[in-house]
Parts: sequence; C-alpha cells; structure tokens
Amino acid sequence: MINNNDILETIQMIQDENLDIRTITMGISLLDCIDPVLDKACTKVYDKITKAAENHVKVGEQLEKRYGIPIINKRISVTPIAAISAATKQSPVKLALALDKAAKATGVNYIGGYSALVHKGFSAGDLELIKSIPEALSQTERVCSSVNIGSTHAGINMDAVKLMGEIILEASKKTADNFCFGAAKIVVFCNAVEDNPFMAGAFHGTGEPDTVINVGVSGPGVVRAAVQKMPHATIDEIAEQIKRTAFKITRMGQLVGAEAAKMLDVPFGIVDLSLAPTPAVGDSVAYILEEMGLEKCGAYGTTAALALLNDAVKKGGVMASSHVGGLSGAFIPVSEDAGMIRAVQAGALTLEKLEAMTAVCSVGLDMVVVPGDTSADIISAIIADEAAIGMVNNKTTAVRIIPAIGRKEGEMLDFGGLFGSGPVMAVNKFSPAKFISRGGRIPAPLQSLKN
Amino acid sequence: MRAVITVIGKDTVGILAKVTGICAADNVNVMDVTQTVMQDLFAMTMLADISGLQGDFGAFSDKLKSLGADLNLQIHVMHEDIFNSMHRV
Repeated sequence: MINNNDILETIQMIQDENLDIRTITMGISLLDCIDPVLDKACTKVYDKITKAAENHVKVGEQLEKRYGIPIINKRISVTPIAAISAATKQSPVKLALALDKAAKATGVNYIGGYSALVHKGFSAGDLELIKSIPEALSQTERVCSSVNIGSTHAGINMDAVKLMGEIILEASKKTADNFCFGAAKIVVFCNAVEDNPFMAGAFHGTGEPDTVINVGVSGPGVVRAAVQKMPHATIDEIAEQIKRTAFKITRMGQLVGAEAAKMLDVPFGIVDLSLAPTPAVGDSVAYILEEMGLEKCGAYGTTAALALLNDAVKKGGVMASSHVGGLSGAFIPVSEDAGMIRAVQAGALTLEKLEAMTAVCSVGLDMVVVPGDTSADIISAIIADEAAIGMVNNKTTAVRIIPAIGRKEGEMLDFGGLFGSGPVMAVNKFSPAKFISRGGRIPAPLQSLKN
Repeated sequence: MRAVITVIGKDTVGILAKVTGICAADNVNVMDVTQTVMQDLFAMTMLADISGLQGDFGAFSDKLKSLGADLNLQIHVMHEDIFNSMHRV
C-alpha cells in the first residue's frame, strides 16, 4: 500500500498549494504546408493542425480526471510562420487567421509560432512577418508571436532590435481598447529554445520531430509551503528542500507528459522544469523569495535568493525527467505574480532590479507594464540590454513588455485571468535613440567560440 | 490498474458504506482501507482495483465527487501511478 502521508501530501499540494501541470503543448511542424499560393498554404496549415491536434484537448481532460491533477492549459506550437510564408512573398496575416481558426477548432487556448528567427539577419519572409505582427495580433484572439533577435553564437541583430521596439508599441496601440493585450502576446528572445511549451514564446523548432508533446510544470505554491515549514533552516537546508520538492513536481509532469504522448501516439519531447506563477494568492515566486527571509521581493539579496531557487529547481527536476528542456527555471512575470505586483506597488521592485534578476533565472523581463508614452527607442534599448545578458551568459532571455497606452506610472493595467494585472512601472527616460538608430549587429562574444 | 480514493471531512454515519456502494455498483474491488478519525475529522484512504471498472474512469470519479459534495466531504479519486511516480525514486 502506498504510504498514507504521501497520499495526503499530494492532495494537499494540489488542493491548497496550487500544484498543477501548467501546460501540455503539442508541437506541430508546418514545413510540409509550404505553398507559394497563400490561400492554399492557409488551408494546408489549418488541415494539418486540426488533424494532428484533434484529440489533444480531450486527452488532456482525461488525464486530469485520471490523476486528479489540474492541467491548466492545452496549447499548440508550430514552426515559425516566417519560414512557411516566405514562399508566398506576401504579408502572412491570413496565416495568423488560419492559426486562430485552427486553435478554436481544436479547443486550445493559445497557439504559438507566429514567429521569425532573425538573430543574424532577415531572410525571405522575416520582415513581412515582423511588420504584420501588430495587425495579426489585433485580428486574432489566440495567436502568439515571438521573434529571436540574438544568440550567443550570432550576436545581436540591432536592426531587428530597433524594429521590435516599434512593433511592440504599434501592437499595443492597435489593441489599446483591449488593455493593450497585443503587446502581451509578443516575446522578443535572445537564445530562443525550440521546445518551449510556455506561451507566448512557444514555437516548434525546425530540428524537432513532426509532432511532439512538451510539458510545463508549475508549483511556486508548493515550494513556498515547503520553505515556510523551515523557519530556522540554513540556506543549504533550504536548497535541499527545494530540490526534493522540485523532484516531486517534475515526476508528476513526466508521468502526465509520457502518458499524454502515449495516448496521442506522438513522441514525448521534454519536461520544462519551471516555476511558473499565477495571480492566485500563494502561487507566487516572489513569495518564495520573501519566505527565505527578504522583507519584500526586490530588496538586496533578491538576486542571490533567486539564483539559489533557480539552481535548486533544476537540480531536483533533472533527475525526475528523462528529457529536460524548454526554458527550465523560475519565471518572474510581474503581472502574473501577486508577490511581484505588491513588491512593485511598495516601491521595492524596480525595472533595474528585475533586469539583474533575469541574469540568474529563466527567461527575462516578463509581463512588465511601462507608461504608454514610452518611446520605441527606449523599448528597443530595454530589449538590447536584456538580449546582451542572454548572449553573454549563454542563456535564454526574453522581453515581454506592455506600453500601457493612456496610462501613467503607478496606475494599473488589468488583463484578467492568468495574465493578471500589472502596475505601470517607472522607466529611465534618458534617450538611447542614437545608439539604437545606428543599426548593424553586435558581434558574437568570445563565449561563442567553443569549438 | 489501481486507484486511490481519499475521503476527508467531518465524520458522519455511513460514509464508508456510501463510497463502497458506488465502487460495487461500478464493479470496482476495494483492496485495502485505512481510516483515522482525529477529533471529528475523518480521513480515509482506499486502494481499489479498477481493472474491471464498468464505464469510464472520469464518470466513476465524477460520481464519487458528487457524493462528496452531497455529504460535505472532499473525495478524490486518483490513479495510483501519480503517487508512485511522485514519492518513489
């Protein structure tokens, strides 16, 4: 018989500490849907997705029942659309509409991959896609977009950085009557990964199998509860406890992912070992850091605490899964984390501190709301700084920033649901315009020369 | 295939009978039961063989859940694999 305490611990984790599988994401290659006639490409894309993911949501719901564990999101990621639309030599907005339609038909809440990879330069289709992002996101509901503008191996494409500042601002303006939500669906990456199951940055890399199942686990609430039980422990004891907790969380992700893959007859890709917060009280990464002994997230010591947390999560998770991938680490999205929101409102957490934190955790500046009058140059420069951290440290960094049109510092932008609400944060107003307008490419750093 | 059924809540008359009644109706064999009553909080764990289950696992789980709602108890039905994978290396 299974130990009673283990059973009750599991139930408590799910019931009281918000343990869940954050997402089961089906990656689908669209490379066989390329067609020079745009309408034909759209039909092929729609048909392929709806056939491949026909049972995706149903299987997710069955697994929720079988294991008694909530699976919050069922999603789809596809090949970067710029590669599919290149042959059409047209704006790919119609493909975005086809993706949206396919997402609705299959019942997934988001579909990622309206993307372009331009870290070294623009190839055919890339510029058309990037320029169409604001239009595509304002016309669709479930499509998410990402652009990779830099990598450790290629350096940073500063022309793309400049462009993305303008695109984000435009996307926000185009959706100003809908809480500027367009900008919340754009992620700008450095060192983007091909198997990320999390939105809005998920896309299906060209090195992936035709279809694949990737799983993202969650559990900030569980980690926080574990740390809370040891008020007098040393840091190494806390690290050990986080490792144990992460192991359990990840094993659950591995089980559900492997089972989903078997039921869908699709290869199992990876488990993304992430601590992904939600606006639910208690499901916060910031609160874990505060539980470790910081008065507020953002105080001095936050970066060190986050580094410890991030490392312990990986160490615990890596043994629990046969294949680890994706972004793997703690996420620090401001608007989706009750503790981060409160820290910003209390004046403890600034954009500068968040930037420092992104050097030691997964991803980067995520769901950060800035004043609506922030210039495109400043947004571009924020992207450049974040990309530089990723490039030099050989890690993924990303920027998902929302200029809140018509709102000023200190006001709130409420998205609702899993996206939460974000306080408008202060931005350094000194101009980076000349640096951003120079264009060109930041050369790859010495770290890239590993061969 | 085995499932773990847990019942947590305020102790009342006939909890065990009602839960096992639903199991029997769906051809689920109860293999082991442990229960504790701490003050008036009732916690019961059952290991059940679901290989002969008539009908869908989800429907079986829903029946027990709605029984839980009627009796003001939390009833969870979970496949045993989740505990084995989370708590055993």
